[in-house]
Amino acid sequence: MSHAIDTIEHMFEYEQVSPVSAHALSAIAEALPSAPSRSAAADRVTELQSRIAQMQSRTLDSQLIPTHPAIGKLLPGGGLQQGTVYSIDRSMMLLMALLAPPSAAGSWCAVIGVPEFGIEAAERFGVDLERLVLIPHPGDQWLAVTAAIVDVVDVVVTRPPRRASDSAVARLASRLRQRKSTLLMMGSWPQSEAMVSLGESLWHGIGDGHGHLAAREVTVTVTSKSAARPRSARLWLPDSSETIRAYSDHETVKPPLAALPELTVLTQRVSA
Amino acid sequence: MTGVPVPAPVQASLSASLPRVLVLWCPDWPVVAARQHEKLPVDVPFVLTEKGLVFAASASARAEGISRGLRLREAQSRFPGLIDRAYDPALDSRAFEPVIAGIEELIPGVQLLRPGMCAVRVRGAAQYYGGEKAAALTVIDRVNEIVASDARVGVADALFTAVHASRSTVGVDQVSRSARARIIPAGESAQFLAPLAISVLDEPQIVTLLIKLGISTLGEFAQLAHADVRTRFGDLGARLHALASGRDPQAFIARTPPLDLDVVIDFEPALDRVDQITFGVRSRADDFIEGLVRAQLVVTAIRIELDSESGEIAERVWLHPRSFAATDVVDRVRWQVQGSNLIEAGLSSGISRVRIVPETVDAIGNHETGLWGSGLEPRIHHGLARVQSMLGHGGVLVPTVQGGRTLQSRQQLTAWGDRSTGQRSVQRPWPGSLPAPLPGTVFSSRHAVHVFAHDGSSVSVDERGHVVAAPASFATSDSRSRTLTAWAGPWPLDGRWWEAQSRGRSWRFQAVDDTGCAWLLVLDDGGWWAEARYD
Repeated sequence: MSHAIDTIEHMFEYEQVSPVSAHALSAIAEALPSAPSRSAAADRVTELQSRIAQMQSRTLDSQLIPTHPAIGKLLPGGGLQQGTVYSIDRSMMLLMALLAPPSAAGSWCAVIGVPEFGIEAAERFGVDLERLVLIPHPGDQWLAVTAAIVDVVDVVVTRPPRRASDSAVARLASRLRQRKSTLLMMGSWPQSEAMVSLGESLWHGIGDGHGHLAAREVTVTVTSKSAARPRSARLWLPDSSETIRAYSDHETVKPPLAALPELTVLTQRVSA
Repeated sequence: MTGVPVPAPVQASLSASLPRVLVLWCPDWPVVAARQHEKLPVDVPFVLTEKGLVFAASASARAEGISRGLRLREAQSRFPGLIDRAYDPALDSRAFEPVIAGIEELIPGVQLLRPGMCAVRVRGAAQYYGGEKAAALTVIDRVNEIVASDARVGVADALFTAVHASRSTVGVDQVSRSARARIIPAGESAQFLAPLAISVLDEPQIVTLLIKLGISTLGEFAQLAHADVRTRFGDLGARLHALASGRDPQAFIARTPPLDLDVVIDFEPALDRVDQITFGVRSRADDFIEGLVRAQLVVTAIRIELDSESGEIAERVWLHPRSFAATDVVDRVRWQVQGSNLIEAGLSSGISRVRIVPETVDAIGNHETGLWGSGLEPRIHHGLARVQSMLGHGGVLVPTVQGGRTLQSRQQLTAWGDRSTGQRSVQRPWPGSLPAPLPGTVFSSRHAVHVFAHDGSSVSVDERGHVVAAPASFATSDSRSRTLTAWAGPWPLDGRWWEAQSRGRSWRFQAVDDTGCAWLLVLDDGGWWAEARYD
């Protein structure tokens, strides 16, 4: 309650902003008919939304870390923020897609308590293994280890233990804010800024007994506290050249024929 | 072409500029060293053997007619009470170390020629002890204090001459003590060497040829023109000619005495608790690092030896990505004690001694932090080292990708601070490795699954590599069944087919379940397994 009052109070410090919710603004934008004015309105809406987001953020000078644009535009603030927690819903490739841009930009990354983290896939996605540290089995000392790693590493991936006490959650959050590290939680976490999850996914290149996994189109959905409704986008994760990009309707994917294992072709011919 | 003699003034000026060298020679050093090690009396006939032949014999054994190269059985027949030991070259060097240290206390700058023989510049010492003879006798007395040996000394202008001067001395049997040192006055090297047989030059090929040419002494060889010798015998011949003329081109290189930086901590009584041991090590670890800093060194690798009460030794080398601080050393000792697990494995009793040896050292200047710090890396290191001290050395891992066929074998994890070893190259073709994209989740231990066809029967692969029935669903032992919407395979993987023991034949499948999640399934002799997940 007090939080909401606080927000409204701050809103009045900007003379141009009327106290309407972001949702209402976007509704207005959608209602506007003509194309040029709609795009102008959309720009205006994004500008206002970002300003609201800025006012609502818990730290004043929160900065973004490099994020893939296709995912970044779904996130509140336009990308992963320093000093906050994000929940990732059980998709390792999505996690790697988030980890790769900061790693490529020179940040250190750590993966705590995830022994099944696929190293080679991470490298293919663009995570620099020179600056990646794995702590597969933190055991009972999960909180102490995570706190120590958050001190020095910019992007930390971890899987929360079964039960984390409220005090532990609060302590970790304050440590994060202080150290400006970003924490990517595999699973839900009470104080997460946003939940990034994978919706419907469709694999290309594989058939009924032939081909191989080549590309996947997925729906990535971001649910956040600041945005009223979840935002989602269709992405290639990955596409046939192992990169991540936004999906556009009029393209079709062909599996690279040269990469097909010969035996599979042979099997088809024999059985046909 | 006539033999033009080398101009005398050149020789004189050369010898004047050369340093005076003292060579200490302990005859029969292998025997002396072994006798000292075995604590045998001096007069017992004693031989060292190598490959069944006598390698060295003591003076008393030689008196019985036993010489080098004799078969051991033959030697034993000549003297039935003969004591024989296997020859150990390492023992020679080890036993000579105190002798060198003893001489270094008298005269600094010792050059080790081989175990049993060393050289030292004598000019300063000659002034200090009142003459070269006095200096030589002081050295002999000192060596005799350290080891019971018939030490001899030769002093000359150059190394080669001094070595042969020491060899020309007479032994301990002689009454006069001063006969054990021979001084060749400055500039008289050539005269001293002249009557020596040509065979003292240790180059059999050239020496044999010279003897055939009618040259039997060093003096005759030295009379040849230097340029002619070089033309006929090349650089090697020229070097031998210089030696024979009393000019030794070999530079004198004094050794740098090694610093004693090791730290030994004795526990009395022996300790068997980790916290007690680390507490005992803590203060000495400070001394260890302090000693290194005083020598302007930092240590990047240490060897820790743990001696247990019952005589076992557990040792291991620990590396550090930067350089060891005292707390790091204590941590390594703790990990090693924890790792060796005292009672269960390896060491069966308490630890009586901890020895910390610097394995690799570096100049401290290379490791000094800059005025404004050296960026992020030290911070990273401190943080990770802290986690490592919480979880143990293997708790923090650095991943690398190496060559291999299966997903598990392609990833290599190395403990933070260690060097990764035995990497297989990724560049080589690895037929049978998976096509891109690769799965994000690689199970650290693969899960057993069951794969079913439409009619509920189990799916298998026949001898010709065909699936018997198309897979339609699969289930792990503890979860619901997942329907497959697409699948591909089987891709054979036949590893080590040339070895019957370790041969592993398996079939790999990719499969997509109804939730859109893809799996890497493997069929081998042990059944179906889920190895990885594309999620």
